Amino acid sequence: METAICIIAGLMIIGAVFAIHAKDLLSAVIACGIVGYGLVICFLLLKAPDLAIVQIVVETITLIIMVAVVLDSSREEHFAKPDRKGYMSMGVALVMTAVLLYFYVLAIGMLDPIGSGSLRMAGHYINGAVELTGSVNLVTGVVFDFRGYDTLGEATVLVTAVLGVITILRLKGRN
Amino acid sequence: MKGMTVIVKKTTQLIAGLVFLYGIYVTIHGHLTPGGGFAGGVIIAGSFILLILAFGSDFLRLTKEEAGSTLYENLAILVVVFLAISGLLTTGRIFFLNWIPKGTPGEIVSAGMLPLYNIFVGIEVASSILTIFLALVIFKEELAE
Repeated sequence: METAICIIAGLMIIGAVFAIHAKDLLSAVIACGIVGYGLVICFLLLKAPDLAIVQIVVETITLIIMVAVVLDSSREEHFAKPDRKGYMSMGVALVMTAVLLYFYVLAIGMLDPIGSGSLRMAGHYINGAVELTGSVNLVTGVVFDFRGYDTLGEATVLVTAVLGVITILRLKGRN
Repeated sequence: MKGMTVIVKKTTQLIAGLVFLYGIYVTIHGHLTPGGGFAGGVIIAGSFILLILAFGSDFLRLTKEEAGSTLYENLAILVVVFLAISGLLTTGRIFFLNWIPKGTPGEIVSAGMLPLYNIFVGIEVASSILTIFLALVIFKEELAE
């Protein structure tokens, strides 16, 4: 299973790199779709059907909206040669990558092995969720009962995002 | 936005209702099977988006505004907040308390408040996604007129 996930992750990286360098914006959008649908297969292989359902539906809707937007506006992307400022930004990005990688390796070395102590909470959730919440689907039990605040926050974020979209996209004023 | 050909329209007529029903199924079985309010809501929004893409924006009389979907979105999130506050009014005095009797696990009417949260979050997500799509379609046409 790990080799399959590695192959799919490699394909996702190739798709993401192609999406950055594509001349045509429509093919860039479709290459973004490779990343999303690859993630769906990864979730299915890791036995997370809830996440896979949400991911496949959201990916499809987002792809439709982005294709509609690209077809409405221009399909060409203009490339420019980087000037002095651009080279400086690239240098800063490379330095930051190296620093973050160093601290990442440091942090990974200090962590406990997976499942030894960091997942204490998960045991309580897995063993007691059906009695405490009455929900057979563990994910819903966690999302709406144990972690209700998180879900309320997510829903509020969505409402706020829609308000922002309406405010920004309204081109003609209300009479 | 203009409609598409006859083949697409006919296929959409056959499929859109099934997609809508499947979204409702995923939403109200959220505490039994994989899925839930978020996934079901996006599927319901997908059925409307399918209709709008196939038949054009004249079909659903989308000449006015997205006012209806914004109304449902805000009302649904308000109901979710009120359901969460209702836990404060019972003896437990806990925000997000699951105070309705749980019932037998595995039946469709069980798990107390969780199906209610699922349904209203589903309505909220469906109308949010639909509002974003309508905003992209309608505001451009408003400008063209």
